[in-house]
Amino acid sequence: MPKRTDIAHVLVIGSGPIVIGQACEFDYSGTQACRVLREEGLRVSLVNSNPATIMTDPEFADATYIEPITPEFVEKVIAAERPDAILATLGGQTALNTAVALHERGVLDKYAVELIGADIDAIQRGEDRQLFKDIVRSIGAEVPRSSVCKSMEEVRATVAELGLPVVIRPSFTMGGLGSGMAHTPEELERLASVGLAESPVTEVLIEESVLGWKEYELELMRDRNDNVVVICSIENIDPMGVHTGDSVTVAPAMTLTDREFQHMRDVGIQVIRAVGVDTGGCNIQFAFHPQTGRMVVIEMNPRVSRSSALASKATGFPIAKIAAKLAIGYTLDEIRNDITGQTPASFEPTLDYVVVKVPRFAFEKFPGADPTLTTTMKSVGEAMSIGRNFSEALNKALRSMETKATGFWTRPDPDTTTLAGTLEALRTGHDGRLYTVERALRLGATVQQVHEACGIDPWFVDQIAALVELRAELVGAPVLDEALLRRAKRAGLSDPQIAALRPELAGEDGVRTLRHRLGVRPVFKTVDTCAAEFAAHTPYHYSAYESDPAAESEVSAQRERPKVLILGSGPNRIGQGIEFDYSCVHAAMELRRAGYETVMVNCNPETVSTDYDTSDRLYFEPLTFEDVLEVVHAERTSGTVAGVIVQLGGQTPLGLAQRLADAGVPVVGTSPEAIHLAEDRGAFGDLLTSAALPAPKYGTATSFAGAKRIADEIGYPVLVRPSYVLGGRGMEIVYDEASLAGYIARATEVSPEHPVLVDRFLDDAIEIDVDALCDGTEVFLGGVMEHIEEAGIHSGDSSCALPPITLGRTDLDAVRRSTEAIAHGIGVRGLLNVQYALKDDVLYVLEANPRASRTVPFVSKATAVPLAKAAARIALGASIAELRAEGLLPAGDGADLPADSPVAVKEAVLPFHRFRTPEGHGVDSLLGPEMKSTGEVMGIDFSFGQAFAKSQTASYGSLPTSGRVFVSVANRDKRAMVFPVKRLADLGFEVLATSGTAEVLRRNGIACTVVRKHFEGEGTIVDEILAGRVEMVINTPYGNHGPRVDGYEIRTAAVARDIPCITTVSGAAAAVHGIEALIRGDIGVRSLQSLQERLRDGRA
Amino acid sequence: MSVREQAALVLEDGRVFRGEAYGAVGATVGEAVFCTGMTGYQETLTDPSYHRQIVVATAPQIGNTGWNDEDDESARIWVSGYVVRDPARVPSNWRSRRSLDSELERQGVVGISGVDTRTLTRHLRERGAMRSGVFSGAELSDVDTMVGRVQASPQMAGADLAGDVTTPEPYVIPAVGERRLRVAALDLGIKANTPRLMAARGIEVHVLPLKSTVEDLLAVSPDGVFLSNGPGDPATMDHAVALTRQVLERRLPLFGICFGNQILGRALGRETYKMRYGHRGINIPVIDTATGKVAITAQNHGFALEGEPGEVFDTPYGSAVVSHYCPNDNTVEGLRCQDVPAFSVQYHPEAAAGPHDAAPLFDEFVTLMEQAR
Repeated sequence: MPKRTDIAHVLVIGSGPIVIGQACEFDYSGTQACRVLREEGLRVSLVNSNPATIMTDPEFADATYIEPITPEFVEKVIAAERPDAILATLGGQTALNTAVALHERGVLDKYAVELIGADIDAIQRGEDRQLFKDIVRSIGAEVPRSSVCKSMEEVRATVAELGLPVVIRPSFTMGGLGSGMAHTPEELERLASVGLAESPVTEVLIEESVLGWKEYELELMRDRNDNVVVICSIENIDPMGVHTGDSVTVAPAMTLTDREFQHMRDVGIQVIRAVGVDTGGCNIQFAFHPQTGRMVVIEMNPRVSRSSALASKATGFPIAKIAAKLAIGYTLDEIRNDITGQTPASFEPTLDYVVVKVPRFAFEKFPGADPTLTTTMKSVGEAMSIGRNFSEALNKALRSMETKATGFWTRPDPDTTTLAGTLEALRTGHDGRLYTVERALRLGATVQQVHEACGIDPWFVDQIAALVELRAELVGAPVLDEALLRRAKRAGLSDPQIAALRPELAGEDGVRTLRHRLGVRPVFKTVDTCAAEFAAHTPYHYSAYESDPAAESEVSAQRERPKVLILGSGPNRIGQGIEFDYSCVHAAMELRRAGYETVMVNCNPETVSTDYDTSDRLYFEPLTFEDVLEVVHAERTSGTVAGVIVQLGGQTPLGLAQRLADAGVPVVGTSPEAIHLAEDRGAFGDLLTSAALPAPKYGTATSFAGAKRIADEIGYPVLVRPSYVLGGRGMEIVYDEASLAGYIARATEVSPEHPVLVDRFLDDAIEIDVDALCDGTEVFLGGVMEHIEEAGIHSGDSSCALPPITLGRTDLDAVRRSTEAIAHGIGVRGLLNVQYALKDDVLYVLEANPRASRTVPFVSKATAVPLAKAAARIALGASIAELRAEGLLPAGDGADLPADSPVAVKEAVLPFHRFRTPEGHGVDSLLGPEMKSTGEVMGIDFSFGQAFAKSQTASYGSLPTSGRVFVSVANRDKRAMVFPVKRLADLGFEVLATSGTAEVLRRNGIACTVVRKHFEGEGTIVDEILAGRVEMVINTPYGNHGPRVDGYEIRTAAVARDIPCITTVSGAAAAVHGIEALIRGDIGVRSLQSLQERLRDGRA
Repeated sequence: MSVREQAALVLEDGRVFRGEAYGAVGATVGEAVFCTGMTGYQETLTDPSYHRQIVVATAPQIGNTGWNDEDDESARIWVSGYVVRDPARVPSNWRSRRSLDSELERQGVVGISGVDTRTLTRHLRERGAMRSGVFSGAELSDVDTMVGRVQASPQMAGADLAGDVTTPEPYVIPAVGERRLRVAALDLGIKANTPRLMAARGIEVHVLPLKSTVEDLLAVSPDGVFLSNGPGDPATMDHAVALTRQVLERRLPLFGICFGNQILGRALGRETYKMRYGHRGINIPVIDTATGKVAITAQNHGFALEGEPGEVFDTPYGSAVVSHYCPNDNTVEGLRCQDVPAFSVQYHPEAAAGPHDAAPLFDEFVTLMEQAR
């Protein structure tokens, strides 16, 4: 069946900001969809609020709306664009929920828009738990026994029947939000009430526990001719009870016979048909009882999911791309398999390798959060690896995590390790459970004991037991001969792991030297969807060690074009997310266009960079020195490597720069020496001094006495942080000596080896972020961003505006001069990010990073200048003048935008509502110098107020236009708060305040109602917020620790009710602008293409 | 980790792959073929169609679910050798009774592990399936000797093997529930799941030896005749072809699978040829030319029928059509006679191992027989 002729224009809905449970996999799927639809000659409109995505690049759609994904805004887009159809199955739960809301509001009917992929009925059948269960039963398959409850009374009645433990799953939430397992009546009360609150339809499912059962997933696709294929099976190593997003998973399924697998496949196919996903993909989860084999269906997603992205990367079968083609009418047999080039997509991929995915957590960022793994997803990212056996894939995945531990034995065991304690620890799901499995086995536990403790299938436990045995051999062998070394490498052990066991080899370098001398090197195999049955035309490679001397590498020679390797950014984590992938993808696109052969190295399955057609070649490999060096070797053997780009993938590749250069690898762009100069405080301080650029005073202390001396000298407040971490970890602002003492007491590792840095903190300063390009001669200011919060909030967590809204010409001139001095002083060849603080007309330099920053995609979209593309070209020798001549860069730069430029506001999205303390309380939502956000949105419009309002709507839901605002601010903020609160009162808001704040407000003529503080008994402000009687909270804290319990309770209550909670004075002022814009009611939608055209016209 | 005895897989073109002994230690020869299924090694190893073949598993982790008492497709392992990359140390499945390794050893099947099976598969893909041998323990010798032994072994082309695997005596699989129909199934290497699926549809299945005559077939008063899968070169199956013609002349409903498809094709006057490396896996798409629908099928064949997708051709029994084809390479996957009640497919509706998409073909056979009554 060929393409439908009745669809000419499709609106694609994206997934919005990166949040836990919904990450850049939907950029990957959405980008594929847009590309396919346009190739098919359709007009594509797109709505997505996330500027860091590739899909929102203007060239991927005909009309790109960086607007909030709410029914109101999407309706405006529909009204403006009048598409024939909406594709909502590639934008995660956000897009699906929006589609349902549009249907319910009658918008789809009003504009005669068809939902393609899955229609409303199919979405309802897949998402509504009771409907879904009925469907599964109707086809003769089993589900866990359960009941849907709409109140606590119903919950209690159900549990009386099923018995504890039970699982609680709220309806219509993503990533298992609000779900959990209740073992006791107390847990039941708590979890079920939270679940009812989290569910947009106040509905939870109470379900028989299948805790400890084997867990599987199938990825299926169906076309309109009713052909169904299974793309991939995934087995969760962590059994049922841990969310699949938080589980270590393996593909294909490892421990099912064909009989069981085919039963699962049969049921899966019946389910996709019965639910009625007409065209496209779906994901179905199953559980098997480990002793009886009883199989139950757990749930389905009638859309492309995180697992689909994983399955696509694991098999080479591009699910989203095919789903988009199926949605417009093609059938599977009409679509070609890109990889073989000759066979159709109507087949089931078969693997001759093993894929392992390991989740990446960030509990260290949320002190107090319960790190137990449950059915609520808590991980922030993941890495995938490919090996020729499970062991190799597992070890590669563990070293891809960008954590302190880079595989078994790379960190010392905890001091208190005992067998009994280790087995006990295995009983609960936790980050690094496989490390605990290894330790238990090493301490003498049997495979059976470990299996009983954690429920992990004995086959997997035995795989780790084999590693423990191999470890003993490696430790005990008199010499490390070729045979043993090859076995160790074949099992996936890294050079550093082997080095940890053989101290005489003098570390990783010694192991590598020995390994190369003995000729033990990996071969590179190809992901080809077909286990080598057909020749592959797509160079999608992974490394493997073979013991068979006949083993072949499959990297083909290419000597015509110089190669450029781009090192990606690894698993998403807080501080390093999709923004860096965006820059890497841009480099690949631009360098390919400029005639280079582009080679991507990365291990994150969610990304666009690891799509096999983003670069000319893809290596799905860990971003460790060893693995990258072997890729470089393979590529040098097959052609000429012109350079390796390390400055676009964030900290991960940057950290490899010096060692790669030392190993003779041509690192292009800013040199490793220059990178070091920027990171070394002393050297960078000298640079600033010689350029006469002021920086906050600072000192280094190894004790409280020392820290106190420095603080007394430079004056409070001071910013304190450990010297040995990056990304703002452990950073705090302290306002007095007592807080300083408290910090030093908590930072137990302070010692001469681990000093504490004490910087003067510039209170009430305006923070400015600059992204710039430098080619060695000229500096191009990409964008100057003014933070909305004062300095002190991590730049990744603060909102900012571009163009800067309050900076004058002299300020911008100072920024330009300083940035130029720093760029030249460091020796930047490519991108540079500088953070400044402006206080009392003095521009202080806070920090400079000679690499692509998190804000590059935001700036690129706000200014219509592709900074990452330009940086990649500069790294390979192009000058800014040449790039201007080519038209890649405009005349002038981002600091002299036309007067009528649109205003773009970036807002961070924070994951607080996903975390709970072990007691079940919320975690504090206070912002500080340590980054906590998972993603960001952009609001863009012609005025700051409109743009800010959009950014808030996109990240937190809309700002209120009426109702009650609660105000409680620290003494130092009271004066500054008067004006914005007055304005709110004038706009008709009722102002609530605690007695101290109320006094100040009343003296300034603002009527307000006094409410009780949290510790003042019944009817307090916290009760008011929780009862839904407050629309917005303005609460500024004093210091990061200390007597702030009240503020903490207020903020967590605001998070729980999902109402805006503003924690800075300037944030409050911005919110007032936004509220005014909303009340005026003139907020429309504008395509990025039209905004950028206006910018270009303004420049011309 | 115990170190096993050294072993070598030697191909007739002189290429040698090295690994460790797996299963029995010794020597074996056979045609090296690769199978791309990720599940179902127990069914594969006990499939009589793999007789005289050394099977290379492209899936790297083999033996994970051990060996159970339910999934054998015949009374023994038929492959002459097994080539894997990473065998399981311990099996894990609630139905497992023993390890694959020990079962191979018990049945004297010589295997090899640790081979770069992907390089081997690529080699076989490019050069074609070829004779090979696995040698381990005392049988492991210099390459020339081993290559000599391989080159001295018989070719698959021209091999008459169904006689080795067919049942010596007839036997009956009773219908499940009420008997609706009776089928005479010619055993050319039949798998256990085939009569099982027919029995589940109310068919009493009389499994008959290869050398049965048409009288033997008619003696069971069948409603239809079934031609099973089986090993070897279909060009040698003159007796079965002659028998099939006699069935067609009597307009008895006939259904053939795999080898049976080739035999029906020959009976209709078509030629067979040896494919370069065949179809062996459980992910192979087949398109029904009548509906355009795709089935994902289990396949295991190294020979195929001449013909083009959708081609209609004249036969001594009226017109016939190439009803199914594989979109990967356009090979013939099924025939349907338009004037006599006979059809066949090149793939395995009984699956085991593999997907069940083609199981409705047994229902079609039932319909055909009921209509012919």
